Amino acid sequence: MKMSELLRVEHLKKYFPVKRSILEVLTKKEEKFVRAVDDISFSIERGETLALIGESGCGKTTTGRVILRLIEPTEGKIIFDGIDITKLGKEQLREIRKRMQMVFQDPYASLSPRMKIGDAIAHPLLIHGLADKEEAKELALQMLKRVGLTPEDEFYNRYPHHLSGGQRQRVVIARAMILKPDFVVADEAVSMIDVSMRASILELLESFREEYNLTMLFITHDIAVAKLIADRIAVMYLGKIVEIGPTDEVLNNPAHPYTLALIQAVPSIVKREKKKMIEITGEVPNAVNPPSGCRFHPRCPFADELCKTKEPELIEIGKNHFVACHHPVKD
Amino acid sequence: MKTIIDVKNLSIYYYTLAGIVRAVENVSFSIGEKEWVSFVGESGSGKSTVAYAILNLVPSPGKIVNGKVVFNGKNLLELDEEEMRQIRGKEISMVFQDPMTSLDPLRKVGDQIAEVLIEHGAEKEEAFERAKELLRMVNLPEDRINYYPHQLSGGQRQRVAIAMAMAFHPKLLIADEPTTALDVIVQDSIMDLIATLKSKGTSIFFVTHDISLAAERSDKIAVMYAGKLVEFGKVEQILDNPLHPYTKALLESVPDVWSERKVSAIPGYPPDLRNPPKGCRFHPRCTIFKIKKELHGICNELETELIEVEKDHFVACHLYRRR
Repeated sequence: MKMSELLRVEHLKKYFPVKRSILEVLTKKEEKFVRAVDDISFSIERGETLALIGESGCGKTTTGRVILRLIEPTEGKIIFDGIDITKLGKEQLREIRKRMQMVFQDPYASLSPRMKIGDAIAHPLLIHGLADKEEAKELALQMLKRVGLTPEDEFYNRYPHHLSGGQRQRVVIARAMILKPDFVVADEAVSMIDVSMRASILELLESFREEYNLTMLFITHDIAVAKLIADRIAVMYLGKIVEIGPTDEVLNNPAHPYTLALIQAVPSIVKREKKKMIEITGEVPNAVNPPSGCRFHPRCPFADELCKTKEPELIEIGKNHFVACHHPVKD
Repeated sequence: MKTIIDVKNLSIYYYTLAGIVRAVENVSFSIGEKEWVSFVGESGSGKSTVAYAILNLVPSPGKIVNGKVVFNGKNLLELDEEEMRQIRGKEISMVFQDPMTSLDPLRKVGDQIAEVLIEHGAEKEEAFERAKELLRMVNLPEDRINYYPHQLSGGQRQRVAIAMAMAFHPKLLIADEPTTALDVIVQDSIMDLIATLKSKGTSIFFVTHDISLAAERSDKIAVMYAGKLVEFGKVEQILDNPLHPYTKALLESVPDVWSERKVSAIPGYPPDLRNPPKGCRFHPRCTIFKIKKELHGICNELETELIEVEKDHFVACHLYRRR
């Protein structure tokens, strides 16, 4: 393992069982699984931000949650700072969790409506026994100021419903940052807030990244946001990583037809004239019975017999740029 | 160009228990034949409220307190419910952010499309044939007439909603954030579909919070801030030569895949519309107001007016006042 690597994921899988009716259980109908994450491997260096992008249902959120062990993986390994955390027990996991935090998507759902926001920010310190009540309050006040919710002593006593979406997201970030984590999973951290507020939330995350040398897994469906914040981008499709590489490389020279289709669909102020480079058909299929071979083949204009039968592996096509495709796009 | 709809001095207030929210204030604009106009702004800027007002569908406790919506020579706000019903869905139709708003979860898609047609006078058999044809037009297989909405994906449901909206070749389609809940590839195909509708002669009133989405297919963009129309013009005018400080700030705050510039946030927050700032509603966040002393006493005191600065390009900002 490289010294600078903070997180490594090996052959990670998460299958969710599909609910069967009593009749189906009695008749011993075969149990089915949604293959939300299906054998993915990647690593993140210290201080690096990796953006995980893809459409809804591609498995990006599940990946983030499995890495923090908020849900248990079906198979595979999660190695954090050299420690295999996949099988850690509750107590040991608690220790590690101080260093791994999550920023949730929905600032409405992830804050308790009955807790003052100051107390919500102080809460992790108390849970982990890192401060007594007074110290925790003092640190929470500092943190409120740090995230721009001033006057901080006034904000401390407010409840989430007093705040706008953007302000709530600042609280959620403050709560994740109060433990000075090494690693953060940010799941659609700016998706629910207004476009004009996004920039300031991204700036805030960026400032913490510099201050704490934070390593980040940034989950988003928004490629423009990924471009702004990420050093590398990984593209997921139906539970698989289909392409991964340096941000500029993936955006300017996408090699997987799916990546190309995603990028060309993104609206842009700068490039208003649309030139369709690729025409894909249909919609994302069901993850219970994913297509054989390459999972993208039913929608891909370049698919042939090989794509239907053989699953492509990630191969390196440029420096640090990997693609899982039998017929990668050349420019 | 022939004008399809002409909105004049529209003001809409919400009478809530916590006070009167001045959601839309003195908004005027018009949309021409086969023209696609996109309304952009943050949540709470009043863009959706304007859209609902055109069909006289402002939800309670909202009230249209002033203004006219002139369509085919008639002020829609003065029509009775029966006359309005003849226009809704037939001459002006609407699609919503969540297609489930307009689809009945308990009935098959085909029955629902056919019902609209029968309501406006079609025979049963003819209606089902036409329903199939409409589904084909929105690129759905015609066997979908036998599906229930929950059996379709979000994108497919939005296609059904658009199929229903297209049934009578409306003069105007109002689309309120129709792609916000959808993934980008699906969004792109829905935008294509709306563009097809436009090419067949329908004008489009498109509401979005995403100015880059408005950039691609619209003819004109209207920028709303805190209940006011602050800038209105052709796409090139708004994007390449924005005049209002809010439009400029908005454009600088949006991440863009093809731009290398840094984004910068708009300082501050939108105002509480129960008690909007005096004068220009943007002045507390305006960087130009902050640095230019000579504007003090003007921007924070006097109401702004929408004026035409160059042909088709309107702005409501004291910087561009006629001397």
